[in-house]
Amino acid sequence: MSFTADAEVVVITGTRKGIGRSLAEHFLKRGATVIGCSREPTDLRAGGYEHHCVDVSNEQQVRQLFAAVWKQHGRLDILINNAGIAAMNHALLTPGSTVERIFATNFLGTFLCCREGARLMQRNRHGRIINIGTVAVPMRLEGELVYAASKSAVITLTQILARELAPFNITVNAVGVTPVETDLIRSVPKEKIDRIIEGLAIKRLGRPEDVANVIDFFVRRESDYVTGQTVYLGGM
Amino acid sequence: MTRDDVVEVLLGCLSVLAQEEPDRFKLDLSEETILFGYDAGLDSLGLVMLLLSVEEALHARHGVSVPLMDERALSQRHSPFRTVRTLTDYIIANFG
Repeated sequence: MSFTADAEVVVITGTRKGIGRSLAEHFLKRGATVIGCSREPTDLRAGGYEHHCVDVSNEQQVRQLFAAVWKQHGRLDILINNAGIAAMNHALLTPGSTVERIFATNFLGTFLCCREGARLMQRNRHGRIINIGTVAVPMRLEGELVYAASKSAVITLTQILARELAPFNITVNAVGVTPVETDLIRSVPKEKIDRIIEGLAIKRLGRPEDVANVIDFFVRRESDYVTGQTVYLGGM
Repeated sequence: MTRDDVVEVLLGCLSVLAQEEPDRFKLDLSEETILFGYDAGLDSLGLVMLLLSVEEALHARHGVSVPLMDERALSQRHSPFRTVRTLTDYIIANFG
């Protein structure tokens, strides 16, 4: 099947707010059909946009989401695994339940969506999967152990899945995002954000369009020889 | 969905894949055909392609959802997907 921007079917997780919502709006502007999901309903209403209430860590719900995508559209071109949660804490004060919760959404959720999405993509021998990482991984930030570890697992997933899916002409890449002005960082102390920005070559908060720009590169037809890569924003 | 239905789908999928990718699928078609292991006529990626194809065909022809995932899938000793016969038994036992 040929891959054209105006016919692309895109699944984005975590579209109710933040980066996910911005990405949904970005792809809608490109003329794509966007299937978004989040645990709660959204107020995003637009032609070409469909929303599903899905907990990405729930295997049954994820399978139902992708079954609906196939039934409705008969193809999947792009999957963006954006849904994620974070929690700042010292390791010695972190309950096991927090670790389970963060890994369930950030890693298990990404794995399940990759698996189900790739099962659809391989039918057309074409696809682009983009995972969302974080600069907290290479920065090894104190207080972000669980979040960074879960995203580190996502990066390893990206690298190995890229190899497993290459025979199906599916690429798998990741964007390592800096703090972006979203709900996810509103609860993070300002001095913590300032410290992260101080460690970047380009000293500012990220913008949703910075993320979209890298994703646009990964999903281009000409990027079919680029896989298993993580591009960190901000000059990490 | 009978046992014969499953065997027919399995052999049909193998036949199509062998035509599409003759270098990857070098095997005779029977219930004894070995699908996984050093003596198989296809590699592990070929097995993945076969299982995905079988899932799709069973859904299309018989309307059944058969997610062929098993933690023993790539176990040399215990894979339920080792031969056409064991894979058929697995599908009938779990989804028949």
